[in-house]
Amino acid sequence: MSEETLNLTLKVWRQEGPNAKGRFETYQLSDISTHMSFLEMMDVLNEQLIAKGEVPVEIESDCREGICGTCGCMINGRAHGPEKATATCQLHMRSFSDGDTIVVEPFLASSFPIIKDLAVDRAPLDRIIEAGGYISISTGSAPDANLIPVPKDTADAAFDGAACIGCGACVAACPNSAGQLFTSAKIQHLNLLPQGQAERWARTESMVETMEDYFGSCTNHGECHEACPKEIPLDFIAYTNRDYMKSKRKNRKLQGQA
Amino acid sequence: MAQTMPRPGPNPVRKRPKQLPFPLNVYQSAVGRKWVMAVSGLVLLGFVVTHMIGNLHLYEGPLEVREYAETLRDLGVHVIPRTWMLWGIRILLIAAFVVHVHSAYSLAAMSRKANPSSSLDSNKRYASSQDYAAANYASRTMRWTGPIVLLYLFFHLADLTWGWLSDDWTRGDPYNNVVISMGNIGVAIIYIVANVALALHIYHGAWSMFQSLGVNNPKINNYRRHIAGGLAGLILIGNLSFPIAVQAGLIDQDNCEAPCGITAELEHEGEEAAQ
Repeated sequence: MSEETLNLTLKVWRQEGPNAKGRFETYQLSDISTHMSFLEMMDVLNEQLIAKGEVPVEIESDCREGICGTCGCMINGRAHGPEKATATCQLHMRSFSDGDTIVVEPFLASSFPIIKDLAVDRAPLDRIIEAGGYISISTGSAPDANLIPVPKDTADAAFDGAACIGCGACVAACPNSAGQLFTSAKIQHLNLLPQGQAERWARTESMVETMEDYFGSCTNHGECHEACPKEIPLDFIAYTNRDYMKSKRKNRKLQGQA
Repeated sequence: MAQTMPRPGPNPVRKRPKQLPFPLNVYQSAVGRKWVMAVSGLVLLGFVVTHMIGNLHLYEGPLEVREYAETLRDLGVHVIPRTWMLWGIRILLIAAFVVHVHSAYSLAAMSRKANPSSSLDSNKRYASSQDYAAANYASRTMRWTGPIVLLYLFFHLADLTWGWLSDDWTRGDPYNNVVISMGNIGVAIIYIVANVALALHIYHGAWSMFQSLGVNNPKINNYRRHIAGGLAGLILIGNLSFPIAVQAGLIDQDNCEAPCGITAELEHEGEEAAQ
């Protein structure tokens, strides 16, 4: 692959703090290698800003290989940029052309308040995970491998849910700011597996209702699936809807026990 | 040793209501409300399909339409008094309509709270204008086509059921009432626009219903879009055919022997019987 260089115009959202008024700043970048990742391009911008004595752009990242879910911003109106199944850190500058203007904005939702610039507070996703509680397994001594049989198909389906990295792109892309794809991936990951059966109905009810405290209502647009860097299927949302309705009936039998 | 400080996160945007007894508590959650919306939508969809098929009697002639209308009133007449079954269906449809509209309205309000920059279609206002990857025209206009269909429903009832809009409206003569109403080009256009909105609403609604009810698995998923598209297309073609047929003269007072109108025909029949 031949190396090309790009000259780019960046429009980046700058906001000093949660309550400050934000604005777009325009930056010119020249000689950006197409081999660079999007975050490396942002590093170049920040180096230049620091050299000029300005405050660098706050942008979150950690693993830079698409598995931690820390990075994420709206790039030209798409969560994680124009490529499918790609987190912001996996997006490479070869996806852009010379002379492009790239608009970089933070994820937008009432429950994702801006901390600074492109960094948003995604703590409500943690609240949903917390509501999920625990699974009951024997922890006394290390269990034998394969003590609990899990069919291959079940393991694969559960893994599709476990692949969720919790980046929040589904909420950002959703016109309703609904958290359905994230929550259903987390719920189905455990609901599909034998180890997740003991607390299945309690977990489903609790996680769905915590989600509804923070996020909007799903209208089945399907935008979340398109934005998802892990391509979590929309089917999980349907499975979760079914499980939630069932949980309301099942959990009724346990009332008065807690 | 490093210590993590507890940091107050964002507050919930929705206050959790006090739990009502089962099954009412299902309706307190958004997922439950979507389920109610899907079930009521299914009832209303059943009505729309049946209504369209029943209306095809217009192509047979005035007497057949009247006979069909009377048959509806006679439903279940062997068991319960006349028109009771019809009223039962009407009450079910009204109830379905009320919960469908209420759940849609309250869920839209919930999404508005969760979206800091919402508009009626709930579009997010990203500076680079949100670039839709999957949402189609039908799904994005649900909150427009819904109210259009609601207004159209009242117009349609006033026009052909209650006869408030025309002095020539005759009780018990649906064929003539349709011809008089849709013979007006303005009214025909209202019917055409409203039914396009209805078809768009059904195109997304019928697909969305499978998701909300959790009726899916990877095997049937490919068919769900086709079912929704087929239903919407069928209803669109059937319902649009009536105003177009009236305008084109296929359904027309000239088609029956003068003097026209159901009353004249019944008198005519009566005379024949007397002879």
